[in-house]
Amino acid sequence: MPMALEATDTKQQGNGSPALDIYLPPERKKITGGGTPHVVAKNFSIYYGEFEAVKKVNADILSKYVTAIIGPSGCGKSTFLRAINRMNDLIPNCHTTGALMFDGEDVYGKFTDEVLLRKKIGMVFQKPNPFPKSIFDNIAYGPRLHGVKDKKTLEGLVEKSLRKAALWDEVNDRLDKNALGLSGGQQQRLCVARTLAVEPEILLLDEPTSALDPKATAKIEDLIQELRGSYTIMIVTHNMQQASRVSDYTMFFYEGVLVEHAPTTRLFTKPKDQMTEDYITGRFS
Amino acid sequence: MNLGTRKLLDRSFTALGFGSIVIMGLALLVVLTPIVTKGVGAFVFQGTIEHRKLLLNEFHRGDAREIEKEAAETNRSRQKVFDMLATFDQELDKMDYEQQSKYRDSYGQVKTALRALFGPLPGDSEPALTRFQYGQTRWNKAEEKLHDLLYEQKWDYSNPDVIAKPYDVSRAGAFTGTSLAGLFPYVEENLDKMMMPEWTFYWGFFTEKSLDAHFFGGIWPEIQGTIFLAVGAMVFAFPLGVIAAIYFTEYARDGFLTSMLRSANSTLAGVPSIVFGLFGLAFFINTIHVSHSKSVLAGSLTLAIMILPTIIRAAEEAILSVPKTYKEASLSLGSTKWNTIMTVILPAALPGILTGGVISLGRAAGETAPIIFTAAVSVGAAIGLGDVLGSPTPALSWNIYNLASEHEAAAEIRHVQYGMVLSLVMIVLLLNLSAIILRARISKKLKG
Repeated sequence: MPMALEATDTKQQGNGSPALDIYLPPERKKITGGGTPHVVAKNFSIYYGEFEAVKKVNADILSKYVTAIIGPSGCGKSTFLRAINRMNDLIPNCHTTGALMFDGEDVYGKFTDEVLLRKKIGMVFQKPNPFPKSIFDNIAYGPRLHGVKDKKTLEGLVEKSLRKAALWDEVNDRLDKNALGLSGGQQQRLCVARTLAVEPEILLLDEPTSALDPKATAKIEDLIQELRGSYTIMIVTHNMQQASRVSDYTMFFYEGVLVEHAPTTRLFTKPKDQMTEDYITGRFS
Repeated sequence: MNLGTRKLLDRSFTALGFGSIVIMGLALLVVLTPIVTKGVGAFVFQGTIEHRKLLLNEFHRGDAREIEKEAAETNRSRQKVFDMLATFDQELDKMDYEQQSKYRDSYGQVKTALRALFGPLPGDSEPALTRFQYGQTRWNKAEEKLHDLLYEQKWDYSNPDVIAKPYDVSRAGAFTGTSLAGLFPYVEENLDKMMMPEWTFYWGFFTEKSLDAHFFGGIWPEIQGTIFLAVGAMVFAFPLGVIAAIYFTEYARDGFLTSMLRSANSTLAGVPSIVFGLFGLAFFINTIHVSHSKSVLAGSLTLAIMILPTIIRAAEEAILSVPKTYKEASLSLGSTKWNTIMTVILPAALPGILTGGVISLGRAAGETAPIIFTAAVSVGAAIGLGDVLGSPTPALSWNIYNLASEHEAAAEIRHVQYGMVLSLVMIVLLLNLSAIILRARISKKLKG
């Protein structure tokens, strides 16, 4: 099968070493203690059956920073994101080649416990998906799962998570009410809080605002800024303004290939690749 | 298509749909009306003094003094009838043989009719069967028997071209000139004094055992048997069905074996219930000997197999209708597959699973064929919970059939049969109603 695009070594240093670009500091506030490779992809490909959805990606995702993934529909950006905490396992016939390392450990290794992995790599989905339970039970679901039984501890965790997700002030008087009664934006922040309650290291956001109105979107974006520096955040988005607003680094995918990976300001002002330029200037989408 | 045609089509389809719903509603009304009106007659009726005597003697219910007073009153009215009989007996003794034989048959019939009305006549020995120890307990039945007393049914064969027609001949005519002639108008006029009918609400119909093969008493053993069988079937089928559904939806990989299993499940749903009945007999009783003979256990197992496909299908649908996002959310929080199923998927699928379960419960309660060979007996006392492993039980569905077709005096106790039908329908309706309520409550809780 002829490939339209091939990730070449000129663009990225192969064998796991990513484009040097990303080690240039982002034009935003530097995070102390961050900036080490947290997730590393080496020649990492994802297949749906015969179809290669993500092609030989080499990338370092830096810890504590926000990395946005952009690209046209069907370019493999969500697939790549969902591969990081192995949510693609749910799809039959999905398999990978190459290596994806998280904290130096092979995500797809034979002895990797995907349950433990997902505890460390939390995910928020496109559509808010709270459980049909009370707000409290939604947040407490993860901690309970991992063995927290004491009511006091749970209450503390719930409050802490809701505060982190900037939702505490809105819902603290109705924690026992069903979460499905919240507005869409609140539900999405609840999902963030639910993910934070299991104290992950990485937060994967898969188009978290695509189902929300502008006001709720703004709140989520503010939230991402709040969480920046505490978690490694990866966000898939269709909205390039959003990517430029919230992220430190941006990855541009096209037809399964990681075309460019650079500090966001740089990628949006001086893209190195013609394809990237065409995309961000709206010549195609 | 232009706008006019489209609107016309739309309206006519609306009318068609509405019409079919109306027809369905009418059909339901046509079915339910006689079931309810006739069924209610089993426990709300004009009961005679005989009914009250029966309750007092056999079930120790009622005000003994009051009933004795009433009985004495009716006996006073009846005494005149018995006196007439005694006088006629003496008259008969004085007749010669030929005259005697002229009256013998009719006199015998008169006595039979009177026994049916009042119970044993003076001088009769105590009958062995309870049904002969009491007269008519229900006023409408008493009126029927009065007709039998007053008229003899004969058949008109005069026209060979048509089927013979019955016609009534007054018995009083046969006895003109004898002392018995006065009996007929007397009984006709004073029947209510001799029977003392009054409106009765006989709640014992639902809570008491039957007497003398459903002649008197209630249908508690049948109701209890039906509940035992249906609940027993659920105990086996529900967990098994839900587990199978979980396997099909969450664990099974699409392949030859899975599609075989699925079609096996569908086939099982289409097997006629009598085949399940015979299978239950051949397998549970004759092959693996779950019990020595018919038993609630064997019946429950047979019913369980019958309702299993429905439960599996309903549970499968319910599980599949749980949004995939719940599963994703749970897994992304580091939940195991098993935990996700138990804490997220099953609770969300519960309304659907329960609905399927209760509908199956209703079906198990109503099925006849599977229990004929495995669990049901026509007449029996209510069994205890400890006997379910080895004892058969009467059950509503089977006894309705039995009373309709096999009972030796089916025509005499139609009201019991109607009452059973009503009870069965009510049980199934109540089960379905509770399913609807349960579903609504859980759904409300889930939706917030």
